[in-house]
Formats: sequence, structure tokens, C-alpha cells
Amino acid sequence: MLLEFKDLRVAYRGSRGRLPAVRGVDLTVDAGGTMGIAGESGCGKSTLAMAVLRLLPKSAEVSGEILLDGEDLLQMGWGRLRAVRWTGASIVFQGAMHSLNAVQRIGRQIAEPILVHEATTTPAAAARRAEALLERVGLPAARARSYPHELSGGQRQRVMIAMALACDPDLVIADEATTALDVMVQAQVLQLISSLVTERGVGLMMISHDLSVLSAVCDRAAVMYAGRIVEQGPAHEVFADARHPYSAALSAAFPVIGDPAARMNPGGLAGDPPDPVRLPEGCSFRPRCAVAVDRCGGESPELLAVPVRGSAGGAAEAPRVSACFVAQEGMPVVR
Amino acid sequence: MSAEEKTLTARNLRVEFGLPGGRVARAVDGVDLDVAPGEIVALAGESGCGKTTLARTLLGLERATGGTVAFDGVPLRYSTRALKAYRRQVQLVLQDPTGALNPRHTVYDAVAEGLRIHKIHDDEPGRVAEALSLAGLRPPEQFFLAYPHELSGGQRQRVVIAGALVLQPSLLVADEPVASLDASVRGEILSLLLRLKEEQGLGALVITHDLGLAWSIADRIAIMYLGRIVEQGPVERVLTAPRHPYTRALVSVLPAAPAVKAAVAEPIVLAGELPDASRIPGGCRFRPRCQEVASGNAASVLHQCTGEDLKVLGPEAKPHLVACHLDRNLHEGARMAG
Repeated sequence: MLLEFKDLRVAYRGSRGRLPAVRGVDLTVDAGGTMGIAGESGCGKSTLAMAVLRLLPKSAEVSGEILLDGEDLLQMGWGRLRAVRWTGASIVFQGAMHSLNAVQRIGRQIAEPILVHEATTTPAAAARRAEALLERVGLPAARARSYPHELSGGQRQRVMIAMALACDPDLVIADEATTALDVMVQAQVLQLISSLVTERGVGLMMISHDLSVLSAVCDRAAVMYAGRIVEQGPAHEVFADARHPYSAALSAAFPVIGDPAARMNPGGLAGDPPDPVRLPEGCSFRPRCAVAVDRCGGESPELLAVPVRGSAGGAAEAPRVSACFVAQEGMPVVR
Repeated sequence: MSAEEKTLTARNLRVEFGLPGGRVARAVDGVDLDVAPGEIVALAGESGCGKTTLARTLLGLERATGGTVAFDGVPLRYSTRALKAYRRQVQLVLQDPTGALNPRHTVYDAVAEGLRIHKIHDDEPGRVAEALSLAGLRPPEQFFLAYPHELSGGQRQRVVIAGALVLQPSLLVADEPVASLDASVRGEILSLLLRLKEEQGLGALVITHDLGLAWSIADRIAIMYLGRIVEQGPVERVLTAPRHPYTRALVSVLPAAPAVKAAVAEPIVLAGELPDASRIPGGCRFRPRCQEVASGNAASVLHQCTGEDLKVLGPEAKPHLVACHLDRNLHEGARMAG
């Protein structure tokens, strides 16, 4: 097991008191495995990503465990943590324009973590590795001499991926890494990420609000709502056959072209995510849920295995879990 | 109101920008397009294809270098007075509602601004209330004194749309109306546009890079590549049986229903990016990235692909039109054989 979250909880202290952002997440990513995390803004998915590299602001209170190769990241001293960042796990952020240094050539920016983490590497060797990395992500080596503003959005995102791979990490976290990109450029970047994951055997934790993107790249997917995982299973199944009403609404927001049910019928979800300070009683999704039953108002559902309808894989299928009483009863989650 | 009236038309529209060094970017390079009331047309393409420039030109925010924009049969004039009158009929909805709203203006002021600009003073509160409730903010009075930061992203976009509706336009031009919104909110804004079309007969030109949006709400779609429309027609036909190699590639990389997957079997990930609008390739502008050229499928028409520019696609609303030498050849072949 490469990465394991054990009852992770994160709350931000603010003017309105404690805002719980992650409320008890248990999740594992296998070595070389690919895990997608889906959800809306504010559901806690980025907090989860930032917690892995301890990039959360000082106002965050964190409890639980995050084990990377069995070692608890939350208990690490700063020296050890510095060593783990880049070499153990690295992160690709959404806005490549803001994550790159605007006044430094990109070759140097890619070489920097190599020089910091590998004392024996000479600057010339690091520069050569930066060029090789650029070629691996589909950019000409000569681009090492460019500044970020000379590149397109897709090219900058490729540079970010090259940087994330610079120190051969075991885990790459991609936080909305393709969100701002055009369809075709997004397809190129997703293809690149998939091929790198296969070829280098790195584990991937990919965060997106778009379940269709996750199902294209990841083996497994978890859907988060109001700080908790509400559904988890094989990514294509969560996307195509959701077992939680919230996952179903997320999938419907990005219609499948050619699906007659979606034609002239935009999917959506009324209402807003709950205020983290005043979470509703019982299931936190209940106020927006179309299939809620009486029980949902009183009890908060646990993440439990759900019956899988006639799937061809049979017993060998990875288990599917959902925090929904209706799905746990084997009832449909979409009206 | 018949469909021919109040139609926004572009004919052979061209917009060029001078660049340093004497180069010229042909952002819009010959476009024919009609948008009628009661019709939602999606204009889809990648960043840099000219779709936003086209929209700005249709609104009179940019001057065309060639061709015409006309509304209700009258060519667009650029005097302040003429533009003001025009924009009562054709309203713009911006992409990012947070940026489009003044954080220090209440919802009431934001929506009433259009009325004040157009000096419509009778029953201002009534008009604002009606626009807000049309945009789905009910009861409207409850929102009058709210500030943008007190609203959710979806509510803010509704306020922006209410600001456009308050002048009772015939058409909306919406530039990526849901791109900055959360997944679950997208649906409510798209449903709103659809409801305005059905109940108010409001037409819309929706500019987007998202083909799924077109599938959700649009009647017709125009696919733009490097300043030209390369394929247009009814959404069902263009998206489920795409004919231009570019459209086929775009559709192939999206999740699609099994029937569509059969039409475009393997994902076609095009290499490279959209060329610069100041360096539009000669012949067919898509040729350097075309998968049919690369695979040799287009060998029989390659001389045309390299040497012959394609005609600007006609403005006819109904048929499915494609700007591709190979497609034309195949169709003519099929006609002769049949």
C-alpha cells in the first residue's frame, strides 16, 4: 500500500469558529494504482490533497494518520518532510501560470528540485535531465530556455507534470490538473498522465470535479460530499452507474453525448452544499436529495458495501461502497 | 413574431488584428451564421479559434474588417445611439459572474443598471422584480438588497442573466455561461436558458468549448476552427454523426453513448495545438493536424487539401454542412453510386 488515510480530519479555525473541511476520511492508494477524487468546490477534496504534503495553512487542525509507504506524514519532522516532498510525493496544481516562476527559464525550474534533493548531481546533469523530462512530456528540449509566458496553457501544464516527475516520486497528486484546458489539449494531457503512470509505475491521486475525466484515467474513484467520502468503487462504474444520489448528479452534470435522456435536459442538482458550520441532521446530502427516506433525517449513513446489480465481473469485482441508506437497500438512487 | 424577423445574421464576416512586425491575425476569417429568436445555437471550438472575437463582433464590440452583421435585416451601425438601441435587443451574458458584478452594488442596482442606461424609468422595481423571477430568483424582493458575496455562484450567474433580461431582449449572446460554475450548478443555469427559450421565445448564441453543453440545450451547433466554421447543423446530426475530421476528433475524446462510440470508434487525440491566427495554413486550414491526411485516407484529395481553400459554409439553418474536401468527395461519390 502506497498511501493510506486513516480517519483524517481537518478543520480550519476562522472568524466563524471551526470549519470542518474533512470529516473522517479513510482511503488507500496502492503502489502504481490510480485513485480519482471527485466533488464540488468546498467538499474537502483539495484539503485532502494538500494534507498529504502538509501544505495546509496554519489555521488548519489536522488529526488522524496519512501513511506514505507506512510512514506517518503528519508525525514527520521538517527535515524528513522536505526529503519526502518531490521524491516521495509531488503535486501538479490547477493553475500552471501561478505555480511557475514567471521570471525563470523553465529548464531551471525543473532542475531545481533535482539539485536540492540529489546532492551528487551537477547543475549540468540536472539541466540535461530537465531536457529529457521535457521531451518525455512531449515538448522539445529547446523549450528549457523558454519563460512560462512563452508557452500555451497546455504546454505549461506539461511543464508542471515534468517538474512533478523530476525526482522520480512514488506518488503524484494532480489537483484539477486539466480543468482549465481545452477538450483536445485536455485529452493530450490525460493521455500523457496515463502513459506516465503505466510506464513508471507511479501511484496517482487525481482530483477533479469532472467524473468523466476521472473515469478516463483512474482505476478507482471516490466521491466526496461535505468533507466525507460518500461513494467509492471502480471509476468507470461510479461514473456510469452511481450508487449514491450525489455521484449520480455529478455524472449527469456532464452529459454523455448521444444519450437521449440528456438531450434538451440538462442534469443538475438544486440547492447548495451545506454550510460546514451548520450541517444538517442525519445525512448531510438529505436537503438536496430526491430519493431520501425517513431514516435519512435521523441517522448519518456509514460507508458500507452496496449490492452490485448483475455486473459481469462477479465475485472478483472490487467492492463498491456507498454512504446512502437507499443504495444500501439495493434501491435505485435516481428517480 | 416570425422566425425570419429579429434574426441575427453574419455574412462572410472577417475580423483582422494587426500585430507587431506587420503580421495580421485573421481571428475571424469568413463566417456565415444565423441566430433566430426561439433558437439556441452553440458555437464551439478551442481557445484561440476566434469564437469570442466572433461574439464580440456580433455585439458591435469589435468592428468587422469585412462582411456584415445585421439584425432584423438591418446592418449594424456603430454610432453610440445605434449600438445602444441594438443592445436592447441583443444582450451579452459574461462568463464569470463574480467578475461581472460590482461587489459594492446590490442585486437591485446590478439588474436596474441596464434600465438606467436606457433611461427606462417607469416601474423600475416591477421590471427588476420580473427579471429576477424570470431568472429563477424567487421571491425577487428577497434578493433586492443582497450583495454578490452573499450569493452562491449559481445565484450570481442568475443575477447576471436577470441584468440581461430586464431590457426584454430578443437574443442573448452568452460567452461560456457555465464554465466557471460548479458541476451541480451548471445544470440549473442551462435549464434556465432552455426555459427562457421555451417560455419567452428568447434565442441564444452560446459560446462554449464544451460539446456536452450543446447536447444539453442547443438546437444547432457550429464548430469553429481557426476563424472558420468547419461544420454546422442540427445538434443531433453533428454530434452523433460528425463528418469533419476535426469534429470527429473532438467527439471521440469525450465520453459518449454506445451508438456514438460506434460512429467514431477509437479516441482520436490530435497532436499539437491550434496554429497562430496570423499563420493560417494555405489550402484546408485543418490539414496540418488532420488525422485523415496523416493516415493517408485523404490521399485521393490531398492536392485539394494542400492547395484549395474551402468555401465559407452557407448560412442555411437546416442542413448539415461540412467544410472538408474528403467529405465532399465521399458524398459526391455516394450520390453518383446511388
